[in-house]
Formats: sequence, C-alpha cells, structure tokens
Amino acid sequence: MPTIVVDVMPKPEILDPQGKAIAGALPRLGFTGFAAVRQGKRFELTVDGEVTDEVLAHAREAAEQLLSNPVIEDVVNVEVLPDAAGHPAEGPTA
Amino acid sequence: MSTDLPLIGDFSTAGPVLTGARVGVVTFPGTLDDRDAARAVRLAGGEPVALWHAETDGGAALSSLDAVIIPGGFSYGDYLRAGAISRFAPLMDAIISAAGGRDGSGSGLPVLGICNGFQILTEAHLLPGSMIKNDHLKFICRDQALRVENNATAWTRDFSVGEEITVPLKNQDGQYVADERTLDELEGEGRVVFRYVGWNPNGSRRDIAGISNAAGNVVGLMPHPEHAVEAGFGPDSGHGMRMGTDGLGIFTSVLASIAGETK
Repeated sequence: MPTIVVDVMPKPEILDPQGKAIAGALPRLGFTGFAAVRQGKRFELTVDGEVTDEVLAHAREAAEQLLSNPVIEDVVNVEVLPDAAGHPAEGPTA
Repeated sequence: MSTDLPLIGDFSTAGPVLTGARVGVVTFPGTLDDRDAARAVRLAGGEPVALWHAETDGGAALSSLDAVIIPGGFSYGDYLRAGAISRFAPLMDAIISAAGGRDGSGSGLPVLGICNGFQILTEAHLLPGSMIKNDHLKFICRDQALRVENNATAWTRDFSVGEEITVPLKNQDGQYVADERTLDELEGEGRVVFRYVGWNPNGSRRDIAGISNAAGNVVGLMPHPEHAVEAGFGPDSGHGMRMGTDGLGIFTSVLASIAGETK
C-alpha cells in the first residue's frame, strides 16, 4: 500500500530544547563538526488504495490540523514515498 | 484571600455543598488530577460533576453546569503533543462553544485548564500560544510561588492584584511560548493572570504561568491549585508544614462568580 510522508519541524524562532540537548551530546562522541541540531517529527500515512489528488489534499489538511501545531511547528514536507523496490510512486507527487 | 486556619479541623470528609453551583470536571484517558480537582470544588463549597471525554451529547451534559475544569495529567500519554489528541474529544467541541468560541467574545461558561488542561485549551485555540518541553528538559515537581496579575477573571476574583500564592508545580512540557506580538497583546490587555515569582521553573516566556481569554471566563495555568486546598496536604506555609491552601481561592472565586451572575 502506498505511503505518504509528512515532516514537521519546530518553527525556526522557537527554541528547540531537545535539539539543543542532542547538539550538546554529539561532541562527547567525537562528532565535532555540527554547529546545531533541530529535532522534528516524521509521520507515515499508509493509504488504503490509490494516492489521488484528493487523498494528498486530505494528508495536507491532516498535517495542518492535527499532525502539527501551527503556533510552534511548520509542516515542511508532504510527499508520496517510493515503493519498496525503489520505483517512483504512482500518482501525483507533492 | 484569608489564610486563617482552624487549629483543629476534620478535613477527612467533604463538607456540605454550600452554593448549589455545579462544576464539571473532565476525565480523559490518562487524566490524573480529576479527583483532586473535584475535591477542591467540594472543599470550596461547590458540587463537582464528573464528565467523560467521549460524551457525545456534550451540549446536554454542559447545560446543567455552571463551570468546567479540565484537570491535569497525561491525557493520551502526551502522544503527538500534550493535549493534541484530547482537543478533538467529542466533549471538547461542546466546551469550546459553551466557552464563547475561539474569539473569546461574550461571557461564556467559566472554563479552567490546569497543566495538561491548559495544554488542551491552547491546542483547542481557546487560549493563545503553546507549551513546549521545559528549557532544562527535566520533569519538575516543586512548590512554586506565583503572583496574581489579574483578579478580574472568573477564576481569580477572590485574590488581590499582586498577591503572591504558593501551589505545587509538576510538568515536563511547561514552557509557555507565543510570538512577541501575541505576548505584547496578552500583556497589554491584562491577560497574563499568573506569573512565576523568584524563579522561572520551565523557561516560559515573560515568566508566564497562566493566562486568560479576552472575556476572562477561560483561564489556563501550569501549576496546580487543586493540590493546595486542604491543610495537611498542601505546600509548606507560614502556618506550618504542608499547611498551604492558597489554591482554594481559584475554586471559591468561580463559585463567587457564578453566584454573582445569578443574583
């Protein structure tokens, strides 16, 4: 079954305490080349049937209304995942 | 409010209902403090009424109530975001419309959100802003001093402006955030109701511990007044260990507001 991926990130102006803590831990493992970390969320919506324009629009609406809180987060990506064999997804892309 | 306490008191049983005011207390899966909130209502002299989040005829359930409390806890395990899933519970639509809608105009049903209840009210857009993880990333539990900044709301009229109260605070996602324009608006309209005093326990913008909507009937706060209503079980106070009952004023306030309205 096809899958739609939704990526949500904290807004740039919102302090991301979790990302900051991860950034603090990286040098302790010897990873010194990273200036900052921001932590977001990835959702995978498994579609029952074909990914039509309507389904994709519903995914975008769900992303705005439930998966993210527009006060503190941005929906940065909504796309159809390529299938397991690596073929490009059928139907419209985001 | 007065903090005079009797030297000998039997607080083990709830007192009589003094006002006839009925205050709903909502329970979601994962709510923790519904019983404490109900007890606080009872100790203040009101009648607590249990509300279940999945109530489909919310309008009917609320029609016989004078106020509603959304208590603290971890509804839906804080999955997704604290309060994000609870906000879409069937009962919430009825509460949103009874509270006067999202623009907060008109004097609607008094609604109080405590801790997770505050988070639910922001997710429901009844109150502006949002809560993110504490700046120090740890769960925190302590007795917290607050300053009452606004005593014109339905839930704070028994306090005086500038009064300092101490109630327990316990949260993980307690850092109140909003954009600068919203914060300026809240300050300008006197809608910052409680502010942290002495130390900001979670990094909240402008030390904000609680806010109200424009009409003042909807109030949300992070600390827990319902845990400071009974001598012997509250924070330490000038009266002795665990004698603090500063939280009771929130619950007597709403009963006074209700009584004032019906007179």
